[in-house]
Amino acid sequence: MFSNLHLIGFGDGGWGWALLQGAGVTISIALATLPFGLALGLAIALMARSGNPVARWFATVYTTVFRGIPELLTLYIIYFGVQILVQRGLEGIGIKGFSIHPFVAGMVALGIVLAAFSSEVWVGALNSIHKGQREAGAALGLSKAQIFRLVVLPQLMRVALPGLGNNWMVLLKETSLVSVITLQDIMFIAQRGSSNTKEPLLFFATAAIIYLAFSLVSWWFFERLERRSSRGHAAFGGQTR
Amino acid sequence: MRWCDHPGFWLGSEVLQNYGCRMAAGLGITLQLVVISVSLGCIIGLGLALVRLYGPRWAGVMVGSYTTLFRGTPLLCQLFLVYYGLGQLRPFWQDVGLWWFFREPFYCALVTFTINTAAYQAEVLRGAIQSIARGQFEGALALGLHRWAALRHVILPQAMIVALRPLGNELIVMIKSSSVASLVTLFDLMGATRLAFSRSFDLSIYLYAAILYLAMVEIIRRLWDLMEKRLTRHVVMR
Repeated sequence: MFSNLHLIGFGDGGWGWALLQGAGVTISIALATLPFGLALGLAIALMARSGNPVARWFATVYTTVFRGIPELLTLYIIYFGVQILVQRGLEGIGIKGFSIHPFVAGMVALGIVLAAFSSEVWVGALNSIHKGQREAGAALGLSKAQIFRLVVLPQLMRVALPGLGNNWMVLLKETSLVSVITLQDIMFIAQRGSSNTKEPLLFFATAAIIYLAFSLVSWWFFERLERRSSRGHAAFGGQTR
Repeated sequence: MRWCDHPGFWLGSEVLQNYGCRMAAGLGITLQLVVISVSLGCIIGLGLALVRLYGPRWAGVMVGSYTTLFRGTPLLCQLFLVYYGLGQLRPFWQDVGLWWFFREPFYCALVTFTINTAAYQAEVLRGAIQSIARGQFEGALALGLHRWAALRHVILPQAMIVALRPLGNELIVMIKSSSVASLVTLFDLMGATRLAFSRSFDLSIYLYAAILYLAMVEIIRRLWDLMEKRLTRHVVMR
């Protein structure tokens, strides 16, 4: 294994640049999914807490389904399902050869799953905000949207942050699944490299190290972010850091 | 007609008629993988948690690195590392007489899932044990209990109640994650589904698989709710 380290280097016949590009794809799909998934999750959370029974029912079904089926299955259903449905629709009006880009399919599938998991975090955080805050906002003459944006949301972030950090860590690792729909992320490059060079141990160990680096940076980042967002609450509950 | 052919006939689904038995066999493999790996992982995880909390410093650091390593990398990557990576060392495994083990995707998946879930469960159990007030341990020692007896009869029963829900979540996560086993040529529920789809191009087979996974997860969720209700019936609900 160690005699072949040049295979993951940047020189002649090295896979270094390819692996680096794969790492870029992994990070891009994770970062592209994050805002979409979190926004959808917040919407689901608001539905789960709304007075409308249909919205509540939809939120329950949505979270139950997408938290209950494997991410891999969601990915396949989105990738093949949407492809086949749209193809059939387009063939009706005479357009052929439609194919969904794996990046889009991966982003949508991972975003849907992230929304299901993050909505739980959002609900918990929304519940933690005292009713008096909204009432005070209303007493000041703010509109409902203003109350949410100016009063609730800023306080929400501090409570939701640890849970959302967890969601991010899970998402980062789940991106490895998009390699099965031929998106060229780290895992895809590592698979191709290992089958070309017959050195799977080297390539998958390198992939693992890259993922580990991403995870460690994320851990560090979220720890700082949490400390920063709760700096007004340092003495809360007698906990000091 | 075998029993597993029936659902396809009842539902009038051709693809389920053709692949119902493969799906049932796949479901069996998924269950085997999950039950064995999570049980073994629980035992190993408990050991790791105890070493981390009460063991010597160097051992605690090693356990910490182990959990960080396995919680910081994707399960898929670990599985490929074991199945393809360790498979690369074939002459070595043949020399030590373990090739029969690392040749089989089932055993490779089992090993990977076990070490992966052990890392997660170790963290859950460590957190649960740490959440028990220190006075419980000191009180037990003051009553003359040995350290191990205090741990076994005082700390762990309380810690397990705290750990129950996160451990149930871990079981659910493993059921879902076990679907990556299909990517190392193993015909678990996901693998059977992929096979059925690649031959029939009938999307509905994915929906039947989704229903089966959902059913497993829901059963566990209900079971865990019951268990929690029973185990915490002496605790005052706030």
